[in-house]
Amino acid sequence: MLGRTLQEVSAALKQGQITPVELCQKCLSLIKKTKFLNAYITISEEVALKQAEESEKRYKKGHSLGALDGIPVAVKDNFSTSGIETTCASNMLKGYVPPYNATVVQRLLDQGAVLMGKTNLDEFAMGSGSTDGVFGPVKNPWSYSKQYREKRKQKSHGENEDSNWLITGGSSGGSAAAVSAFTCFAALGSDTGGSTRNPAAHCGIVGFKPSYGLVSRHGLIPLVNSMDVPGILTRCVDDAATVLGVLAGHDPKDSTTIQDPGKPFMLSSLTDVSKLCIGIPKEYIVPELSSEVRSFWSKAANLFESEGAKVIEVSLPHTSYSIVCYHVLCTSEVASNMARFDGLEYGHRCDIDVSTEAMYAATRREGFNDVVRGRILAGNFFLLKENYANYFIKAQKVRRLIANDFVNVFNSGVDVLLTPTTLSEAVPYLEFIKEDNRTRSAQDDIFTQAVNMAGLPAVSVPVALSNQGLPVGLQFIGRAFCDQQLLTVAKWFEKQVQFPVIHLQELMDDCSSVFEIEKLASVSLKQ
Amino acid sequence: MAAPMLRGCCLGRCWALACIDSGSRHGRGAATGFTSSGKRGQSFVAQQPLLTAQKSRKGEHKWAAVVGLEIHAQIASNSKLFSGSQVHFAAPPNSLVSFFDASLPGTLPVLNRRCVEAAVMTGLALNCHINKKSLFDRKHYFYADLPAGYQITQQRLPIAVNGSLAYSVCVGKKWRQVITKTVRIKQIQLEQDSGKSLHDELRSQTLIDLNRAGVGLLEVVLEPDMSCGEEAATAVRELQLILQALGTSQANMAEGQLRVDANISVHHPGEPLGVRTEVKNLNSARFLARAIDYEIQRQINELENGCEILNETRSFDYKLGCTVPMRDKEGKQDYRFMPEPNLPPLLLYDTASLPAGADPQQVINIDRIREQLPELPSETREKLIQQYGILPEHSFALLNEVGLLEFFQNVIKETRAEPKKVTSWVLNIFLGFLKQRNLAVNESPVTPSVLAELLNLLDRKVISSAAAKQVFEELWRSKGKTPSQIVSEKKLELMQDEEALERVCHTVMEGHPQVVMDMKRGNPRAINKLIGLVRKVTHNRADPTVIKEILEKQLSS
Repeated sequence: MLGRTLQEVSAALKQGQITPVELCQKCLSLIKKTKFLNAYITISEEVALKQAEESEKRYKKGHSLGALDGIPVAVKDNFSTSGIETTCASNMLKGYVPPYNATVVQRLLDQGAVLMGKTNLDEFAMGSGSTDGVFGPVKNPWSYSKQYREKRKQKSHGENEDSNWLITGGSSGGSAAAVSAFTCFAALGSDTGGSTRNPAAHCGIVGFKPSYGLVSRHGLIPLVNSMDVPGILTRCVDDAATVLGVLAGHDPKDSTTIQDPGKPFMLSSLTDVSKLCIGIPKEYIVPELSSEVRSFWSKAANLFESEGAKVIEVSLPHTSYSIVCYHVLCTSEVASNMARFDGLEYGHRCDIDVSTEAMYAATRREGFNDVVRGRILAGNFFLLKENYANYFIKAQKVRRLIANDFVNVFNSGVDVLLTPTTLSEAVPYLEFIKEDNRTRSAQDDIFTQAVNMAGLPAVSVPVALSNQGLPVGLQFIGRAFCDQQLLTVAKWFEKQVQFPVIHLQELMDDCSSVFEIEKLASVSLKQ
Repeated sequence: MAAPMLRGCCLGRCWALACIDSGSRHGRGAATGFTSSGKRGQSFVAQQPLLTAQKSRKGEHKWAAVVGLEIHAQIASNSKLFSGSQVHFAAPPNSLVSFFDASLPGTLPVLNRRCVEAAVMTGLALNCHINKKSLFDRKHYFYADLPAGYQITQQRLPIAVNGSLAYSVCVGKKWRQVITKTVRIKQIQLEQDSGKSLHDELRSQTLIDLNRAGVGLLEVVLEPDMSCGEEAATAVRELQLILQALGTSQANMAEGQLRVDANISVHHPGEPLGVRTEVKNLNSARFLARAIDYEIQRQINELENGCEILNETRSFDYKLGCTVPMRDKEGKQDYRFMPEPNLPPLLLYDTASLPAGADPQQVINIDRIREQLPELPSETREKLIQQYGILPEHSFALLNEVGLLEFFQNVIKETRAEPKKVTSWVLNIFLGFLKQRNLAVNESPVTPSVLAELLNLLDRKVISSAAAKQVFEELWRSKGKTPSQIVSEKKLELMQDEEALERVCHTVMEGHPQVVMDMKRGNPRAINKLIGLVRKVTHNRADPTVIKEILEKQLSS
């Protein structure tokens, strides 16, 4: 049952094959068994069970709220959850219990979703590995998959298996791992430079970043307000559309959400792609791109072409400036957004009380890790009067050029861009930490952050397993507010590639009762 | 910007226009805030912007002072600029704080329509150009009562620019000559107020009250077109009246709804402007004028002594009557301005540019607000002068007290007495009584109709003017009685019986032969003495002019 997609399990609930409480208990049990993945910071067991009971009552009365009623979901720990600790994986917010729900959380709950817990991340979502949070790194479930383990056995003998676990990517690695390991059916991430799409690609699931302004940011603890978007992580594109349908729409509490109410996101099954024009941005062919990912990318292009779509090479000429520009804008907003964490109203406060200034300094030094402090320092440097024009203004101008690159491409008749999501498949943790956070983020956001600067919708769809038996994702980028069109194309693609299901049962040896993954999932895939 | 400072020293509710005169009818003392310029020996009067340091009185070193102002007016609005919290003065600490006001992570600003309308209306009243697109910025600094670590303001593109404010100063003998001056308005911007810090030195702790945090402010920037404390105070007073007339701010300085920072420099005319200092947090008009004048004199003295003026921020110590450098502002702050990413550009429309089918709840039409502009104080004063023929300085006085104009107009409606008489009574006697008792106009036990009735009695010569004053005093004591009741109870009617009066006059003359002799010798003051004696005998019930006539008749007979 846990291996099903959201839509499938929703149907099972309606048909009474399983009750919300049973489903919730199974997920809770699996969460406990997979605790070593470190996907969750807080497991909201009591709340979840209560919500499941409420849901069960509704089902019994025949008044279920919709597709999400009774569905276990997880939320990244940088969304405010009323009464549930929200830490951003930082000492600064350890013990902070928000008094309100983020709009997206509220909308999930209003639809009857069952909140299993808050998922792990890089501190304040600053990172691309989910390795830099105060609660420790998240482990990629694929490290323990049959597919990966078998490949490793063939290749290397005698290496310490346990120390070779893989990162999930990030910063929404906890949410990606939670969905990938079947502990919930959908999870919220946040996406500022790729934080939803990157771990989705590494964990073999769908990671969707909606258009900026389509989904409310109210209650999302910000990284970069002008780029942040709540992200959706699911096991298939249809599920992402279902969740988007619940989350999208104007929020009076977020002035940057569009007024237009939009339509519900029901994806039609595309049968004919011959009218589609797929753009392949030539600037995304970079030397760092692994040959394997590159080959999956061209195979995907060929697939579209062979099915009658027009596939053309396009140019996004300012791509090479994008990472630097992102760095300036991101750190500047970070410096500003982090100013509120002074230990006065909430969060960590140090013991030093010689003066207010000394208290601020010590509180912030104790509360933030090096990555956060480094970005605050850099951002404040860029915002200094003498530097503002040279850095911030210039970066804003470049941002405009990057956004215009996309506009020009879409105006030329391209419907959707197809790119890699990441340079390669997930790397082992020990490999990953050889480089510092800044270098890693600059490398790993390469295909994803330009989309955030332009405010466009993008989705990472798992394509296939690499030679190592690890998932590879490809990214589709759509026109602003053409999220539905984008997801429709992604759905068609997903159906063509038939990405394999993760085999985890070996690892969770005694989980057979809750783990009918292989059987059920393969049934669903054949449908 | 609103610097985070404790605002504790409360002074009176309003003050009189400086230039009218130093008569008793205007406020005195701390409670009313503002003594007239004539009484302040040190002050520099408006018509003399050229100043001479005491040391070099010979006149070869004339100094000119340049004063600009930044005025923060709290917007009269039910809720804060970016949150739904209520706005009230003197509510229990931290009782009006939304999640946004406390800067809880993840909260976002939502612009208050009322505050935008208030800014547009104020801009229009101050002859500003209203920017159809304006932007919000973050201004960063760490302070305990600024929870987010930044203030949202409009640094780059404010909502209104390039306006002007006309104000009048009275000059000449008896301040009878009114001169209108104009100060240019650089801009009006919308911004958040900060919270309040209360420093407990004894326990060395600071208490924070966030009730005020996030209240909408209009920052009005006045160009350095003023040259002394008096001008600055008068300009601020005029702005205060305009804001109150518009209803965009209660502009009560004592409650911190109007706060002024002054930029001051001195230079020799014809030479470049001097280095300026900023005097912060002036929260009464009296202190504003005093602080500016002190600072001008201080700068002149420094320069005369060969010292330099530092570009620094100072505060006014109202106990010592001098300005002192502000310690926590010593280091030059870099506010690291940045666009506020959570607020889209603020777009305004006029009837011509209004998008078709726009939801009226979502758009603001500048032309509609222009139509709603009420009469401004300058227009009101002009009307008073035209309609009632009163003196210009009296028109100022009538507008200077909250509710006084309305009181005056209501009296006028119900009395046949001359407007000039009414003006005199309202401004001298009525206002004097209020001031003595520290009352506001609406707290007066004497209503406009009662005063009108009293003035009618006086006008019909039922009572003498001295008796009228007696009745007025009585009205103040015994609430509910009408003037006529008091007149009859106290037997204050004028003696209508001329023969009886003649007899009294005769008796008085007989009793004071020496005074009669003086009078006959041509001493003009002697008759007044006799009049006074007659009035005493008649218990003030005789009309002095009639007495005089009788006395003169009897003397010559």
